[in-house]
Amino acid sequence: MTILAPPAFVNGRRMPNLWDGAAILCVLGVLVLVAHAAQGTLAPLPHPNATPIHLDPRYLPFYALRTTMRMFAALFFSGLFTLTVAPLAAKSRRIGLILIPALDILQSVPILGFLSFTVLFFMSLFPGRVLGAELAAIFAIFTSQAWNMAFSFYQSLTTVPRDLDEASRAFRLTTWQRFWRLEVPFAMPGLVFNTMLSMSGGWFFVVASEAVTVGNTTFLLPGIGSYVSVALQQRNLLAVFYAILAMLAVILIYDQLLFRPLVAWSAKFRFEMTSGGGVRDPWVLSLVRRTHLLRVMGEALGDFAARLGGLRLRVSVFAGLERRANPRVVDVLWFGFIGILVALALWRIVAFVAGTITLSEFGHVVLLGAYTLARVAAAIVICTLVWVPIGVWIGLRPRWAQLIQPIAQFLAAFPANLLFPVIVIVIVRFALNPNIWLTPLMILGTQWYILFNVVAGASAFPTDLKEASANLRVRGLLWWRRVIIPGIFPYYVTGALTASGAAWNSSIVAEVASWGHTTLTATGLGAYIAEATTNGNGAGIMLGVCVMTGYVFLLNRVLWRPLHAYAVRRLTF
Amino acid sequence: MDQIAPVEGKAAGELLVRVEGCRQSYHKEASADVIVLDDVNLSLRQGEIVGLLGRSGSGKSTLLRIVSGLLKPTAGEVRWRGKLLDGPAEGVAMVFQSFALFPWLTVEENVELGLEAQGVARAERHSRAEDAIDLIGLGGYENAYPKEMSGGMRQRVGLARALVVHPDLLLMDEPFSALDVLTAETLRTDLIELWSEGRLPVKSILIVTHNIEEAVLMCDRILVFSSNPGRVASELLVSFPHPRNRLDPAFRQMVDDIYALMTRRPVEPPKPLVAERGTVAAAPQRTTEPLPTVSTNLMAGLMETIAGEPYNGRADLPALANAFQMEADELLPIGEALQLLGFAVFEEGDIGLTDNGRGFVEAETDERKELFAAAARLHVPLIAQIKQVLEERWNHRAPALRFRDELEDHMSPDYAAATMRVVISWGRYGELFGYDQEADQFTLEDEDEKED
Repeated sequence: MTILAPPAFVNGRRMPNLWDGAAILCVLGVLVLVAHAAQGTLAPLPHPNATPIHLDPRYLPFYALRTTMRMFAALFFSGLFTLTVAPLAAKSRRIGLILIPALDILQSVPILGFLSFTVLFFMSLFPGRVLGAELAAIFAIFTSQAWNMAFSFYQSLTTVPRDLDEASRAFRLTTWQRFWRLEVPFAMPGLVFNTMLSMSGGWFFVVASEAVTVGNTTFLLPGIGSYVSVALQQRNLLAVFYAILAMLAVILIYDQLLFRPLVAWSAKFRFEMTSGGGVRDPWVLSLVRRTHLLRVMGEALGDFAARLGGLRLRVSVFAGLERRANPRVVDVLWFGFIGILVALALWRIVAFVAGTITLSEFGHVVLLGAYTLARVAAAIVICTLVWVPIGVWIGLRPRWAQLIQPIAQFLAAFPANLLFPVIVIVIVRFALNPNIWLTPLMILGTQWYILFNVVAGASAFPTDLKEASANLRVRGLLWWRRVIIPGIFPYYVTGALTASGAAWNSSIVAEVASWGHTTLTATGLGAYIAEATTNGNGAGIMLGVCVMTGYVFLLNRVLWRPLHAYAVRRLTF
Repeated sequence: MDQIAPVEGKAAGELLVRVEGCRQSYHKEASADVIVLDDVNLSLRQGEIVGLLGRSGSGKSTLLRIVSGLLKPTAGEVRWRGKLLDGPAEGVAMVFQSFALFPWLTVEENVELGLEAQGVARAERHSRAEDAIDLIGLGGYENAYPKEMSGGMRQRVGLARALVVHPDLLLMDEPFSALDVLTAETLRTDLIELWSEGRLPVKSILIVTHNIEEAVLMCDRILVFSSNPGRVASELLVSFPHPRNRLDPAFRQMVDDIYALMTRRPVEPPKPLVAERGTVAAAPQRTTEPLPTVSTNLMAGLMETIAGEPYNGRADLPALANAFQMEADELLPIGEALQLLGFAVFEEGDIGLTDNGRGFVEAETDERKELFAAAARLHVPLIAQIKQVLEERWNHRAPALRFRDELEDHMSPDYAAATMRVVISWGRYGELFGYDQEADQFTLEDEDEKED
């Protein structure tokens, strides 16, 4: 499988520093501010003219289309955000200093917990209209995609090969030309890969954000997510089954029509001078390349893009400003500005905390976080024990790997929340302990990341090392310990950290599950946030989200990144 | 020596570039600036090919980037056609050592890039690119991607891309050093042929190289650089007509002379040629010289070669380089390392083994390691210092960071890192000390092993 790059957020073994602190305060400050603003409008909102959701499967294609449209709208905004914000951070040292840690922290914020605030915020912008809820859903998907795409682009921008950079300057390309001829193409493979990861995660959020309950009001947007939520209320198992089928079809189509061709196409931008092995074009790309009409259209589009990218524009808003002014003065002004921002954020947070949160409440929430942590850890360990041997077995057999790999990637994209009802029914039927048996839900969708990364790692394991270990008759436990585990470790870490990050986020929907009037609750941070959302308890949501952000952020910095850095340093070929 | 004469005011074409008092250094906190180039003057006229010849680290590539406007010198001024240079100038095009082709653009798109930047209309762009592609022998490859081509073909694309803008000055940064010997030779002769037939749309060429024969083969004038800091050590005029014959005795003599020039020791306190054991304390205090990045295998190999037939202890450098298909830049560092360790000396373009060197060649593995260890401690102050620190420490471990920091006060981080690698590798070979990569610490080898 050719698609493998680490997710964009795992660079270096940088430990938290002063800028992280500033960024944390700013992000939290903004969250508090949003929560505060939303709280005022929390109670009486005019009920939007909600379209009723029909459980008749004939409506499903339309719902699927609506869900997909939402997805692509969010993707469009994420792309826009990526192409504008990442260059700012990369080109201006001052902006980068604060923006990069901020993006890093935003990645750790569980957006699902914030859904109620954003819904209220957008509803208050467009009172009484569906547009508000629609925008809130799009925003939720956006927040699940934008950060790591922007990060990936930023990373590419800062690692443009020196000789190409010099060539583009020596031939006097303008900033605009340079952007489209050098920077965007160079970033393309990473960007496509991260977009794919984002989209995979995005289906989960789109399903979750279509049906949002705040207090007594439930906002339903026409879409697969609402369909499932209504089906759950009405205990209609058949409808749930239809929804799963519809989603499978949607993801299959999107995968075949969009992502396979896109990934194959982006291989052209890979920065390596050896031509890769003959990877066959996906059928859609061959179709475009072979069909005359489609090809002509494609070429016209490419031609237009080339002309646009070739325009001799000089975009230097910041560069010009920064060059002209005295750098010392600008520094003082900028850092002063950030200082004020941080102080303001600090003040808001302190005011908020002092007004609403007691120490014991805080302690309670941290303890709940520890429960969820234990659940995430257990889930990861179990998945590792199951999928690593299977992944290695598959990866070492190229024909199997070719077969399984696309399926694993496909399953990773499938929104696991659609499958929740099935498991919930089992738990209810057999009266199982929700504290234990709700745990699998968190990892249901993300375990595939572990599988397909391990398969990729085992397929990439060098043949000569395989032969050498066979020749030395290294077998059994020794083989696992000395040969294959170190060999796949970097891949495994990539998969596991993706899985664990997503598991936290899904705990908000996974620790509370309902079937008709039966509601199962596991004790944990996710359930706490979900509960606060249903009760319209803004301060509770705030606290829960902040504590979860803290857990995810610390876990990334203390565990995953050092592990990843170590793996890349010592265990890559 | 009659070909080698200082060049004074040779009236040629119009003055294109004038570099005066150029100095490039970069600032290091809390210590003196590290100087890369010091007081370099250069003028370039229309109609000549000028070579910048020197070892890696002599700042010749830096000078090329200063002339191109990619880099602003710390001090001194650069004038392009009489005007102060501010950023890459129109009329200057560059060919890169690594080709610097955009892998996502086809040959034609790569070639058109510079024209596109100038805003040349599409039709004209196309016809000019076509001309350049044909001139450089790339016809038929227009729609190929660089990754489908061989190194030689890629560099032809690099050349076409530079030529298509019809530059007054063509800058070439070690253009052939990434190619194999035969391919490089073909490209060189093609280029020179086009140049002497006046078919190249350029007025002057400035070429950076570390290949002595290449410089003598192509250039009208050669500036030989010395290292640390980079300075123009001498300026030579090459007056043979093109096409030049490598086997011409005068050509050979000139190559020989340049080898001698490049291995001439800098005017500094001479070191004892023969190492005397037990004088570690009196090691010369130049802790902070960059060490030649040479593996111990290469050193042993070269010493064995020189000791054996047909050289018998003393070899002519150009002959040695030819015999092993090595370029000066590969051969000289090995010799320099040997000279540093007191195993060999350079003399007028030759290299000869010292008594210690002969002793090394005749010894068995363990004895060799001991000889090497003694020489390293005696002649490489940094190694002596590390060893001493390790012996003094109670746990016989010392962080590598402090030594690296010390090096970085005097050289660029890249050189410091390279020097550290050499120190580690030499220390390991001589079994003087070990190095723990994860902890970034030096450690002492087991006591019982090293007590003799």
